[in-house]
Amino acid sequence: MSESEAAVHGHGALMEESPYAIPSRKFTMWLFIISDAVTFGAFLMAYGYLRVGTPNWARPFESGSVINVILMTFVLITSSLTMLGAVDSAKAGDKSKAMRFLFSTMFLGALFAALHIREWFELFGRGITIGSGLFGQTFFTITGLHLLHVISGVIAMLVVAMKYSSGRLTPSHVETTGLYWHFVDLVWMFVVPLIYLTNIAR
Amino acid sequence: MSAASASGNVIRKYLTVYFVLLAIFLLEVFLAFQHISIGVLVTLLLILAISSASLGLMYFMHLAQERRSLFLTLIPATIFVLLMMNMIWGDSVRLLHLRTIGQ
Repeated sequence: MSESEAAVHGHGALMEESPYAIPSRKFTMWLFIISDAVTFGAFLMAYGYLRVGTPNWARPFESGSVINVILMTFVLITSSLTMLGAVDSAKAGDKSKAMRFLFSTMFLGALFAALHIREWFELFGRGITIGSGLFGQTFFTITGLHLLHVISGVIAMLVVAMKYSSGRLTPSHVETTGLYWHFVDLVWMFVVPLIYLTNIAR
Repeated sequence: MSAASASGNVIRKYLTVYFVLLAIFLLEVFLAFQHISIGVLVTLLLILAISSASLGLMYFMHLAQERRSLFLTLIPATIFVLLMMNMIWGDSVRLLHLRTIGQ
């Protein structure tokens, strides 16, 4: 490319095509997701280490807790579906539909957080806190980290929705936020069986 | 293929994955109430969780539609790191039986 062509097309045209063929913000989100997956992996491994190494591990979850977890999981998986609707509508240029889906996702995320906090208070009422032994420490650390991700996701979605609505962000930003939200859903798929379903009271 | 029918196919695919994820989860809950040893239960639950996560990654996060170089850059490295963390299990079993190292 000659200097005059570079002046017309900008220097970006001189650069090689990305080997991943995705925007840098999406690739950055993928790298964040991978590092976060390893963080959750390390927490779950630490939980597993303590769970295997402790003979009298607490099993506090009764049928009420299990029903609550089923409801929470249903809400979170459904929120992933509404997020897909938001991304697809945004890509199709239907802003009002994308906004409806985004707000549905936010509502479901907030509902999940509310159910989670309700469950925590139920455990507090039974004397299970972060200071009450290894189970409490690992349970509240891992579910707390996940809850923090959910709350952060709802706030991030609200900011993205507002800016997307006013035209300051593009459908690509909605898609990147969607990647994060699906990841939060994915982590929950490991938290439920390992933390809840292996600790049902018998 | 028209845009409307392509969009219908995509929605059908998402709904299929959604119902499969819910079905896998309900299977996990069912298994949790069966009287099987904890080792077998954890193995089964992990297999189901990995299956759910793979479906989510491939279809909800669209990794299946991205260029293969992205998959090859991200996934094997993550699996390698997670596998390396598994070296702790021997020590946790030793802890359970309260044996000193080397015995």
